[in-house]
Amino acid sequence: MGQTITQKILAAHADKDQVEPGELVTIKLDFMLGNDITAPIAIREFKQIGVDCVFDKERIALVPDHYTPAKDMKAAQQVKEMREFAHEYGITNFFEVGRVGVEHTLLPDEGLVVPGDAVIGADSHTCTYGALGLFSTGVGSTDLAAAMALGETWVRVPETIKFVYYGKLNKWVGGKDLILYTIGKIGVDGALYCSMEFTGETISFLPMADRFTMCNMAIEAGGKNGIMHVDDTTLEYVKPRAKRPWKVYASDSDALYKEIIEIDVSEIEPQVAFPHLPENTRPVSQASDIRIDQAVIGSCTNGRIEDLRIAASVLKGRRVHPDVRLIIIPATQEIWQQAMREGLFDIFIEAGAAVSTPTCGPCLGGHMGCLAEGERAIATTNRNFVGRMGHVKSEVYLSNPAIAAASAVLGRIGSPEELN
Amino acid sequence: MIFRGKVHKYGSNVDTDVIIPARYLVTSDPAELAAHCMEDIDPDFVKRVQPGDIIVAEENFGCGSSREHAPIAIKASGISCVIAKTFARIFYRNSFNIGLPILECPEAVDGISAGDEVEVETSTGKIVNLTTCKAFQARPFPEFIQQLILAGGLIPYARERVKALKKCR
Repeated sequence: MGQTITQKILAAHADKDQVEPGELVTIKLDFMLGNDITAPIAIREFKQIGVDCVFDKERIALVPDHYTPAKDMKAAQQVKEMREFAHEYGITNFFEVGRVGVEHTLLPDEGLVVPGDAVIGADSHTCTYGALGLFSTGVGSTDLAAAMALGETWVRVPETIKFVYYGKLNKWVGGKDLILYTIGKIGVDGALYCSMEFTGETISFLPMADRFTMCNMAIEAGGKNGIMHVDDTTLEYVKPRAKRPWKVYASDSDALYKEIIEIDVSEIEPQVAFPHLPENTRPVSQASDIRIDQAVIGSCTNGRIEDLRIAASVLKGRRVHPDVRLIIIPATQEIWQQAMREGLFDIFIEAGAAVSTPTCGPCLGGHMGCLAEGERAIATTNRNFVGRMGHVKSEVYLSNPAIAAASAVLGRIGSPEELN
Repeated sequence: MIFRGKVHKYGSNVDTDVIIPARYLVTSDPAELAAHCMEDIDPDFVKRVQPGDIIVAEENFGCGSSREHAPIAIKASGISCVIAKTFARIFYRNSFNIGLPILECPEAVDGISAGDEVEVETSTGKIVNLTTCKAFQARPFPEFIQQLILAGGLIPYARERVKALKKCR
């Protein structure tokens, strides 16, 4: 019986010829990650293990991106613990404010994770990197602590659900809409304990930004990892960035899948996920007359240069609705600079938007755009749970950057088509 | 271990944001986190919860963030054990790693109501609803998880593993 790409990567990292779904294996890790919320606990637990060094100083990233630049004294204290730990153990990939970016955009862009890798991160959206044909999954702080000491972790080999996307994308439809539509179809536990393998002709035409967005939200369907195959688009992205050699794995044609789900993308309109779960998706045409107070464009889902270009194409020559706050957050310093060079910031600022330094802030109701009681936001982020962006009686609607930008202008949820 | 307590019952998809909202994640102190446990779904939970109490929930408990603060807050609030039909996978790992007993048992979830008194033997997975005198059997843990529990959690296990790896080198 053939193996899926996820099985092959796990087998290779467990020194085995093959692995079967349900099997518990110990895998060697190529890279691992913690942020300013999860790393402080990991550091405390790491010190309980009683080792005098980390497994590899160059294969750990500590990314203070959630409450940074430090929003208050407690947040500053958490980053201080990370900084001191990085210095004490010689960890090279600690990213200070001014050099930091949103972790799941920063790590692939810095070439720290490469095809064929096995990666864990103490952040649920670590599954993002699967777009590069690698295995990556989110864990908690204690798992990260043990992994920093051992360079390995245990995993249960997941069953794989294969998603085959075919057909031509409609206007304003991208990776965010494909994944929201998919989660709407299977539910927030539709891929519980499973690997989500995204394939099909539509994927092969998607730019990397859209592929990262899709794998990012595998966790929103309960998935262990999202994964795609390596093609020319992947290699074009990886080659100038990779800090290590990479290896390409692919699923066998006779690999066993738990389920194969085929999706004709020509039937998909831009999607909006209604409160309070990412599975509550509707086509934007059915989201009429929902007034908004805030729009957020950014996060590890949609803060890439491609996303900002789409937002700028909608906002150019237009003004944000007087009752709306539009917050735009480029995910890394590199993206920030590129957006500045391309003149995107002029468009944003002339439209009446605020542009922020890289941070995860508003996505998790941390800072830089929390909602008050009764307020509504449309956001390109990945979660719309109760109280996610602030007050327990606020609401978050999820969308792609074009819909978020158009909604900021309209003052209600709507499509760029309505602006003409 | 045998636990006995009153049941706090919840529905499906109880996410980590409602278990412990992000606004409190500027600390990892268990007592501070426990003071806000379940705040956004059940504001009275912290006033009502007694040591030994049990959380019972439907599908996909603990979905969302990887924040270990969620099982830490539940454990520090006095909850002895969580029974659900299914758990989100990161929450499942985190619970074992920090020593919060969790059991998957759909039949028990259907057969237990809020306020019932329940006894749980975590080593065998036996669940008894003392209010209705009905007994249920949770799915056994995978063998590796049992080893983790016996070792006292992931950190003691890692300590032993470090020693073993050093011997081999």
